[in-house]
Amino acid sequence: MNSITEAWEALLLPLLAIVGALILFGLFVALAGYNALEVWMLLFMGAFGDAFSLQNTLLRAAPLMLTALCMALPARAGLTVIGGEGALLVGALACASVPYLWQPPSGWFGLAFLLAASAAAGAAWIALAGYLRQYRGVNETISSLLLSYVAVNVFKHLVEGPLRDPSSLNKPSTLALDDSWLMGSIGTYDVHWGLVWGIGACVAASIWLSRTTHGFATRVVGGNAKAAGLVGLPAHKLVIMACCLGGAAAGLAGGIEIAAVHRAANASVIAGLGYTGILVSFAARHHPLAIIPIAILLGGFAAAGSMLQRRLGLPDASVQVLLGFVFVLILTAEAARGRLGWQDMRAWWSPSAQPLAGRA
Amino acid sequence: MDIDAISSVVLAILAGAIRVGTPFLFVSLGECLTEKAGRINLGLEGVLVISAMSSFGVSYLSGSAWAGVLAGAGSGALLALLHGLASSLRRVNDIAMGVAIMMLGIGLAFYLGKPLIQPQAPTLGSWSLGFWSDSPQLRSALEINALFPLGVALAFLMSWAFANTRWGLLVRMVGDSSDAARALGTSVTLVRTLATTAGGAIAGLGGASLSLYYPGSWNEGLSSGQGLIAVALVIFARWRPVACLGAALLFGGAGALGPALQSVGITGYYYLFNAVPYALTLLILVLTCSPHRVLRGAPAELGVGR
Repeated sequence: MNSITEAWEALLLPLLAIVGALILFGLFVALAGYNALEVWMLLFMGAFGDAFSLQNTLLRAAPLMLTALCMALPARAGLTVIGGEGALLVGALACASVPYLWQPPSGWFGLAFLLAASAAAGAAWIALAGYLRQYRGVNETISSLLLSYVAVNVFKHLVEGPLRDPSSLNKPSTLALDDSWLMGSIGTYDVHWGLVWGIGACVAASIWLSRTTHGFATRVVGGNAKAAGLVGLPAHKLVIMACCLGGAAAGLAGGIEIAAVHRAANASVIAGLGYTGILVSFAARHHPLAIIPIAILLGGFAAAGSMLQRRLGLPDASVQVLLGFVFVLILTAEAARGRLGWQDMRAWWSPSAQPLAGRA
Repeated sequence: MDIDAISSVVLAILAGAIRVGTPFLFVSLGECLTEKAGRINLGLEGVLVISAMSSFGVSYLSGSAWAGVLAGAGSGALLALLHGLASSLRRVNDIAMGVAIMMLGIGLAFYLGKPLIQPQAPTLGSWSLGFWSDSPQLRSALEINALFPLGVALAFLMSWAFANTRWGLLVRMVGDSSDAARALGTSVTLVRTLATTAGGAIAGLGGASLSLYYPGSWNEGLSSGQGLIAVALVIFARWRPVACLGAALLFGGAGALGPALQSVGITGYYYLFNAVPYALTLLILVLTCSPHRVLRGAPAELGVGR
């Protein structure tokens, strides 16, 4: 298979899957008596229709890019880490709780410090899963999942207990961050700098994987750990480093959620962004650059969800149904890889008398 | 804390072990069957939530809790069938597909279950096994969910079937060596898909026990990850159905610890106690796994035993 075919498939398959999911979703809501055409229109308008929707979409896409990296980077090193949600939460917790221990200087330096703490916390969280896998033989998928549940409960404990701001009555929260540490908007737009961080992280990850020796070595380990061992690559170190980088991205997402959106850690941070990130990463085939458009697309669906709820009275879970369809179909579409080459396409358009030889 | 408080906490944990452990029991048995055939179904979380919703809905509409139980098993089987079929395709990752099925199942359940949050549905009765005792606490501790004995029977039945029946051996063969199965002319795909579907039906009973017995209502926070924890439970139980029973009771008891302590006035650590089962599982994995050998009892075709 040549590279043109590969690129063509990498583009076509997720696209077909998303179109298929939209059709399925249309049928699904049509069964409940909604007008499918109207739903599709609103999905598009709510995601990309006007400046307001587009900004909303980008806001929701930003954390998805970072949590997707938490799946993608370890995946390139051969690990299936699904604990991005946990890394995001410990990152958010770190960002909100550092001022309890030590007052960082006000201004951007303080913000940088808070974000560094978030990234470090997330990195440590996922690195633990990587360490356990490499040195103790514990399956990283299971351990990262367990760590996520531990993170959720520790998060709730701290937010509703020791770190609770006594004045947060209805919704237990930590103390709000100082105004000077908040992450502002980009220029006059209603989009905060988290988007730049998200895109920047994806680009940096892509450069690391494809242009640096370290990234190349990581991909070798992910492709064939035995071969990597034979050429003397330090597989354990490389794998744990990939976990660190992925975890740092998800932790950063948590920090940005606090510094740019919520101001304080509370239950709103637990929104499943880590799990949606898994979906984004699989749809992008764990390729950092492909994560950017897919995160924007799925962020658009999420943004349109509230529109569907407001205009048509669809339940708020309808977006979750749509994302479920998208995820199932994107994964299923993997099975068609290698069968959608140019030759097959040509064979479809101009049926020939040649038998399809060699198909077992 | 005086002696009365201690005994009430212990009783509450015992009662909770059965009450909270029943869904754990069914999902772990379902996952056990799936994994014995060589696949992991993380989607059991979605199965659990959608079966809880559909059993509650059917119980509410039909007025019969047992019809609800059947609906729970049926809807669970359907969703698991989707996982089984999709994971049978080439290059489809069963773990990722599990996460997809989880999202789809939860989304569908929340979407379809929206009108069911308010109403009351007929719930399953319980067996009062504490009639001989005078202590009201002991009596309430021995109010046994009618599904629990079914789960216990199922655990022993599965254990026997894996060792003694043709189907049990087929499932184990497919899970241990797909090459051997193919050599004998068995369709690996068919057996795995059927095992996944049956596992979904069993897990669906766990969903029914959530919405029809304890807590006995439908809302969006009903499951707190029991379906995902099933994967860890099965590893903990070393893929033995009867050990799944013990593991489920242990996890149920651990889950009841927080509320039990809360009832005697020890509050403030509620969520930390909730985290105990997860941390415990991780600890057990760390202590028992080794990079140099596979886990004892692990089906060879499974990724986790590595």
